[in-house]
Amino acid sequence: MSSASESNATSEPRPKIMVKDLTMAYGDSVVVRDLNFSVKEREIFIIMGGSGSGKSTLLRHLIGLQEPARGTIFYQGASSGLWEMATPERERLLRRFGVLYQGGALWSSMTLGENVALPMQEYAIAGAEEISALASLKLGLVGLAGFEDYYPAEISGGMTKRAGLARAMALEPDILFFDEPSAGLDPITSRRLDDLILDLRDSLGATIVVVTHELASIFAIGDNSVLLDGQSKAMIASGNPKRLLAESKDPRVLAFLTRGGTSRA
Amino acid sequence: MEHVDLEYGRTPDGTLHVALGGDWKLARGIPALRGVLEEIEKQPPPQRVVLETSVLAGWDSGLLTFLLAVLSRCMQLGVEVDRQGLPKGVERLLALATAVPARRNSRSPRSESILASVGDAAITWSRGCRDTLAFIGEAFLALVRLFTGKARFRRSDLLLVLQGCGARSVGIVALINFLVGIILAFVGAIELRTFGAQIYVAHLVGIGMLRDIAPIMTGIIVAGRTGAAFAAELATMEANQEIDALRTLGIAPMDFLVLPRLLALSLMMPLLCLYADLVGIAGGLVVSASMLGISPVQYLLETRHAVGLNDLFLGLFMGFVFGVLVALTGCMRGVRSGRSASAVGEATTSAVVTGIVSIVVATAIITFISYVLGI
Repeated sequence: MSSASESNATSEPRPKIMVKDLTMAYGDSVVVRDLNFSVKEREIFIIMGGSGSGKSTLLRHLIGLQEPARGTIFYQGASSGLWEMATPERERLLRRFGVLYQGGALWSSMTLGENVALPMQEYAIAGAEEISALASLKLGLVGLAGFEDYYPAEISGGMTKRAGLARAMALEPDILFFDEPSAGLDPITSRRLDDLILDLRDSLGATIVVVTHELASIFAIGDNSVLLDGQSKAMIASGNPKRLLAESKDPRVLAFLTRGGTSRA
Repeated sequence: MEHVDLEYGRTPDGTLHVALGGDWKLARGIPALRGVLEEIEKQPPPQRVVLETSVLAGWDSGLLTFLLAVLSRCMQLGVEVDRQGLPKGVERLLALATAVPARRNSRSPRSESILASVGDAAITWSRGCRDTLAFIGEAFLALVRLFTGKARFRRSDLLLVLQGCGARSVGIVALINFLVGIILAFVGAIELRTFGAQIYVAHLVGIGMLRDIAPIMTGIIVAGRTGAAFAAELATMEANQEIDALRTLGIAPMDFLVLPRLLALSLMMPLLCLYADLVGIAGGLVVSASMLGISPVQYLLETRHAVGLNDLFLGLFMGFVFGVLVALTGCMRGVRSGRSASAVGEATTSAVVTGIVSIVVATAIITFISYVLGI
């Protein structure tokens, strides 16, 4: 497995993430089988699909919360697949990720400042005072300066997402994962979040993986994508979303990208 | 039912006319289906069924369910139905309701053979046991990490839990154990007075509280208070993906969430037990002084004479064991809970039940061992 990925490295820059023959399952019931795709450095990669197509499950696999039933996930700079490596090495690798969960998943017993500071304290990347300054900075980056002492229950849904993003950026990740960033947000707030994602990619140079089914977001920010289909339990398209819309012949792909194609309104 | 009208009859050419009239609203009552269905099933079957609603005044879902039943019966029998006479809205809704065929083998409570359900239960049970063992093992590894200085959790979390399960429980622990001391003294006094041996109430209360009753009562209070709180808090964190968020940062939930709770409770339970011992003895003293005419000094001297350090330490040790048990069950039910509101409730319930059961079982075991060892 690893020899194949190394031969790849000689021809072109190795992809940031490479998924090979990934089959995901809960017990005996397969969610998606035989996934193959790769994510290039500094691109915004969209995982799209209808409800129940396994988007979030794929994300859980990518961030190491769930072990694949079969297949491998390679990360750039790692000598072997995510689940083939020893636990300490995997933990080191996972630390390079930032994850924004669907509901924000802020630790509810801590203030926003403490939420953002905790990952930094855990890895002691700086002294206590620098950490609190860094936490304020990260909150400022997402437009939440001055909210350090608020608890997650005291802020709105959009602010929760942004605070979650600040926490995801705490350890200067080089890959950011977003699980349905626009779920539950109004169109304007979700548009601002999209702009923020673009900004972060351009300024931090991070690779970004977004799970979403929000068409507006998909076309606004996506460089590359895969489309999962719940019915056939497989990936049915991959590529730039705009190009997919223009060139794909598959009726399922077109239906997804055009809201069924027949808008009655 | 004068507000609705349902008439049906066959014409000589085999057509069944069903005329619906009046106000077909659920709230006002809908005529029974059976008559029409029987008419449809009657041999020979009708050539076709014509639905007429020209005199229909109002309708809601009640009419729809009625019509759906008629339609599906006709479909099964292969009888053609003329829906021309239906109002436009009814027609559209019927089309919507029948657009997607009902899911075959949709989930229904399958009746399983008794053997299968016994087997299922056994498998679930053994899986639960394995899960419990795995959790205990993980907790032990976390403790090892703690002693080698590798476990990471926030000191402030530990202090908060200490306050929650220690200082905040003092009131209720005092109340319950004081009352239990009084009850014990009463029960003893009635019997012992018949022998003129009232003074032995001090023995009964002292030994009883120290060895068994104070730890058990305190353990049960803590299981209901703190164990439930642990389970609910951790289960909610799991439901909010907060525990996932810890995992992806490489922070072991075992170290970060379970260790502080385990440490706090196993530290606080012996202290609470000691406090409960004193309060229980005080309860006995009040009864003895007010009803049996034993002076407080006499009572305390007698108590000191009756109980030894071994009784005290046995009780405190039991308190420590209960603390560990309650913390482990609470945390385990929380961390292993599902991701819904009802799962949080289940986690809390089962944390309290498991906590109390394990306290009682542990008491039985420890009491037996201490009897054999002569402690």
